[in-house]
Amino acid sequence: MKQSTRIANNSFFLYNIAVMSITVEEVKKLAKLARIALTPEEEQRHAETISAVLDYMDVLNEVDTENVELTSQVTGLKNIVRLDEIRGKDSQKELIEQMPLVKDGKLAVPAVFEEN
Amino acid sequence: MNLNELTIREAKDGLNKKDFTSVELTAACLDRIKKRDGEINAFITVCEDLAMKEAVRADETIERGEAWPLTGIPFAVKDAICTAGVRSTGASKILDNYVPPFDATVIKKIREQGAVLLGKNNCDAFGHGASNENSMYGPVRNPRNTKKVAGGSSGGSAAAVADNMCIFAVAEDTGGSIRQPASFCGVVGMRPSYGRNSRFGIMPMASSLDTVGPIAKSVDDVAFLMEIMAGNDKLDATTISDAVPNYVEELKKGAKGLKIGVPKEYFELEGIDDEIKELIYKKIDVLEKAGCKIKQVSLPYTKYAIAVYYIIVPSEDSSNLARLDGIRYGLRADANNLFDIYANSRADGFPEEVKRRILIGTYALSSGYYDAYYKKAQKVRTLIKNDFDEIFKKVDALITPTSPFPPFDFGEKTDNPLALYLADIMVSPAAVAGIPAMSVSAGENYSGLPIGAQIIGPRFREDLVLRIGKELEKN
Repeated sequence: MKQSTRIANNSFFLYNIAVMSITVEEVKKLAKLARIALTPEEEQRHAETISAVLDYMDVLNEVDTENVELTSQVTGLKNIVRLDEIRGKDSQKELIEQMPLVKDGKLAVPAVFEEN
Repeated sequence: MNLNELTIREAKDGLNKKDFTSVELTAACLDRIKKRDGEINAFITVCEDLAMKEAVRADETIERGEAWPLTGIPFAVKDAICTAGVRSTGASKILDNYVPPFDATVIKKIREQGAVLLGKNNCDAFGHGASNENSMYGPVRNPRNTKKVAGGSSGGSAAAVADNMCIFAVAEDTGGSIRQPASFCGVVGMRPSYGRNSRFGIMPMASSLDTVGPIAKSVDDVAFLMEIMAGNDKLDATTISDAVPNYVEELKKGAKGLKIGVPKEYFELEGIDDEIKELIYKKIDVLEKAGCKIKQVSLPYTKYAIAVYYIIVPSEDSSNLARLDGIRYGLRADANNLFDIYANSRADGFPEEVKRRILIGTYALSSGYYDAYYKKAQKVRTLIKNDFDEIFKKVDALITPTSPFPPFDFGEKTDNPLALYLADIMVSPAAVAGIPAMSVSAGENYSGLPIGAQIIGPRFREDLVLRIGKELEKN
């Protein structure tokens, strides 16, 4: 009922993936920096979707931001300090239980340096 | 009426008058979960034994006449918020077995007031999404129409409240994650001002935008919960130390005489659903009849909010999520060298959208692009914030739709991440400015789907937002 009142105007939500502003090679480089293993299919899909997102971001270039300050926080609070107190020392057992690999009651980590 | 359908206020009354016990109330919620959650999928973890134990203890407390404000009231928590001793996955596989040793500050406050924890709500993994389809534990179905999404990222929380599986829920809103699912499921959800409620113990997404707030069945309940949740926390240096207002008392002032702005950009947006506009205009009439002064206003930088939001969020995301590396807790993949342990743990443990956000953030923060993206976004963020600061010199609050479209079908936007990002068009501006906003029901569209009205208020003026919300709820 009353379907006529609905306007199927979705043009706002369309985007264009024809122009790739980020290549598969760049996605590979980003994935390496971010330590995420990707399959070739994922690399392709991320290149397409991230290109669309970055293209959309171009809208910000319309805005004149000359002499505009940066906003990194909104509360206006400054130099909030607290005592560097020890806390949570009773939860050692629970924390160790969360570790993926434990040896002698301590977190076991993979070798950082490779042998020559 | 079934016990699980009660509001906090009704449940408190019944418990105090000994009409029923917390054990009965909690069992009613757990029964509802058992009956419905196979289909809705609003919970990742249900802690039945713990809940029943807490309910028994609550009844003993009530029996002794020592009840705290939430004693015996069952609630649920978004899985991206840490709960002591109860698995908290953030809807990701990388934290599939993670059991935090501590409660987030807001959860600690609520549990100290006697509330009974039922379980953890499904959500988009780490809050990344607007449809709850990015959960690694399956999507959440909208209880009002199970063919539709529940919204996101706090879809499980909104669905659990709407379907009476709990009395209230605690969720997190970075760019709309409380308000949009609240509107899709027909319940009330508030994003507080940034700095009002402690963020300690929530899994961080975008640290300069994240907030924690309530989802409930009435504005009264939201006001009541805000009094408990709000306040300074030395574990979150961004919380303000001002005294927490008495929101429940403030509600009694009503909305008469308040000046309400109608920002034209929200109504002129291309692609906005006409039925939604009609429903919001009806609500504006309600406010006018209640003695509010309605004023057309303009927020010219509104259209840039999504671009700002989706640069700042992935940037801060990519940094925050670097901690999930498979070393100290969570999933650690088998591999021969350190790099592959990191890369494979993160490949297996994150869904596609989390990976996408990390990649976008890594790009936006990398040398050569930092100025063009992150810094540019922070500058436009200032202009959006100024837009609101200026408008609130003229009006007390703003009213808009919460979402440009009604709850949509599964898969409708999954092939096109940008389309899903644009779902946040109405909710992201207030988030970028760090100001309070709430979604309340504006009724149903012709298909019977819930539609939400959003009220946006000045910084730290949750009281004004609540007063207007209460007026809308009455009519």
